Amino acid sequence: MTVMSLSKALNEGMRKAMEDDPKVLIMGEDVGKLGGVFRVTDGLQKDFGEDRVIDTPLAESGIIGTAIGLALRGYRPVCEIQFDGFVFPAADQIITQLAKMPMRSLGAIKLPVVVRIPCGGGIGAVEHHSESPEAYFTHTGGLRVVACSNPADAYAMIQQAIRCEDPVIFFEPKRRYWEKADVDTTSTGWWTPMDKGRVTRPGTDATLLAYGPMVKTCLEAAQAAEEEGRSLEVVDLRSLNPLDQPLVMESVRKTGRAVVVHEAPVNNGFGAELAARITEQCFYHLESPVLRVGGFSTPYPPSRLEEHYLPDLDRVLDAVDRAFAY
Amino acid sequence: MTTDASRGAEAPPELVQLLTPEGERVQHPDYDIDLTPEDIRSLYRDLVLVRRVDLEAVALQRQGELGIWASLLGQEAAQIGSGRALADTDMAFPTYREHGVAWCRGVDPVKLLGLFRGVSHGGWDPQEHNFHLYTIVIGSQTLHAVGYAMGIQRDDANAATMVYFGDGATSQGDVNESFIWAGVFNAPIVFFCQNNQWAISAPLEKQTRIPLYRRASGFGFPGVRVDGNDVFACLAVTRQALKNAREGQGPTLIEAFTYRMGAHTTTDDPTRYRVASELEAWKLKDPIERVKAYLFKNELADQEFFDSVEAEADQLGADLRRRCLAMPDPGPMAIFEHVYAEPHALLDEERAQFAAYLEGFEK
Repeated sequence: MTVMSLSKALNEGMRKAMEDDPKVLIMGEDVGKLGGVFRVTDGLQKDFGEDRVIDTPLAESGIIGTAIGLALRGYRPVCEIQFDGFVFPAADQIITQLAKMPMRSLGAIKLPVVVRIPCGGGIGAVEHHSESPEAYFTHTGGLRVVACSNPADAYAMIQQAIRCEDPVIFFEPKRRYWEKADVDTTSTGWWTPMDKGRVTRPGTDATLLAYGPMVKTCLEAAQAAEEEGRSLEVVDLRSLNPLDQPLVMESVRKTGRAVVVHEAPVNNGFGAELAARITEQCFYHLESPVLRVGGFSTPYPPSRLEEHYLPDLDRVLDAVDRAFAY
Repeated sequence: MTTDASRGAEAPPELVQLLTPEGERVQHPDYDIDLTPEDIRSLYRDLVLVRRVDLEAVALQRQGELGIWASLLGQEAAQIGSGRALADTDMAFPTYREHGVAWCRGVDPVKLLGLFRGVSHGGWDPQEHNFHLYTIVIGSQTLHAVGYAMGIQRDDANAATMVYFGDGATSQGDVNESFIWAGVFNAPIVFFCQNNQWAISAPLEKQTRIPLYRRASGFGFPGVRVDGNDVFACLAVTRQALKNAREGQGPTLIEAFTYRMGAHTTTDDPTRYRVASELEAWKLKDPIERVKAYLFKNELADQEFFDSVEAEADQLGADLRRRCLAMPDPGPMAIFEHVYAEPHALLDEERAQFAAYLEGFEK
């Protein structure tokens, strides 16, 4: 066991993947000497060279488009999009090409491309640096969409994403980059399959469903609820596409109540998909409607307001109270 | 400003040309080509056959057998000339109109029809032919091609990449990003722009205020304008550019100055936006007629040869038609195939549900 931050865990995971497979490349803006604006790729260019850790021109569509070409030539590019709000110039390449080319080829082409996106708010940033664009990508067939929430998962999931033969949109909770935990880098026996979720905290009265940065918030809410005599189960979805439905349904059937928590706007957010599926599959087990906690239907606000926009412990518990009021 | 009637039809002075529209062989200080009579007859044959493939496809669309077709009429020389310049180990990235290049790369034309008939979105193995799938989003493939070329560099391979796009695509961000990338990384790539004067209804003036080949200088690599209706010149210029790319000299932009003699696609109606005299002017520069004239004048082919090529074209067209009509529709479950390379729980669930739904009708 080694104690490391989430960003270091990603770094170590990528380092391991690059050691294991010479076809793995890192590419993005400032990923080389600087090590990325969050230092997630720190030291990789020094150790693996400029041919494998590629400082690209400043154009996101170009990053994904050329990564596709490199993948066609047999490489496994891991692309860094510097901030969530900058993925949109690359959205065309991701949605019209990366997601669809394997089907277009009737299986002749595989595109093992990972698109890393630091996501979410809470760091006091300027506009476009705090967004949660996951629903745009979960809506697109052909992509896998995952979100890590802690250092151990970050270490394992980035390697799983790189090994995956499909394109993976990999969300990293940027406000959790500096949080530390034990990571076992000596074996893979503890790894959970990338497309499976996990019950992070067992409980009996209601289920909190979260991913990425909100998992920690939900764990804190569950801790506070316990002090008030309520037992909340926290499920870390980890994979949004595909969604680990059996895990979610098993938990909700047990507790009878579900609250979905994400930073992205509630309206048409991933929580809407969860609510619909839970309703379809757990209708007779539900004690209350599935409730959602998330951002408002507004652009992400200036950072002095973000504490009001982002779900926090109180807003999660408020939703839990409402679930129990039915 | 040129007038509508002569727009694009007057050969610009900087054009590389080795064979005039009248079939006269001319010299160029920077480019030459040594072709045997057999080579020239073979080029002629390819030009005629791909035009016939195209004609048959248009007819099939008119008869409701294809959903749509993007005709290459007028661009045969640009495609056969450049396509013939590719080495087997080079990789080509087409738009959706490169039927002539597909021909050069050995892709069965019926597979092109499959896409436009709607039986698949692609249908050939890009690696088998070193010819990528058609890309419909304008200009996207230029970045794929540059990335592929960066892979060639990392493999230290003796190969180059060529990417096709049109005059309209040069306005796309992706194309400009691909120029930047190729320049910065000195990628082994040839950008082959077929300037056919029209992006659906938008004339060249809506895309640029300088000749397209001159854009290359701003990105730091050479640009050259070639007579896109001259198969000799297209072959010579592209061959040189690919050689330079393979030898580590980086990218070249080739602007093949040509003309889209047909509609943008079979859904388009060019009479709404361009005058008939323009087409008439370009017909005088037909890419096939000039090769035929050259072969005739120099007694490199006799009538028997031309007749045999025509007969071969007839046979190709008939065969293509027969195989197009025989192409089966895929079964409904094909919707779920090849979306992911690895098992995917959601798709597995939807596949099973849809199969059960369909089964309900059979009972």
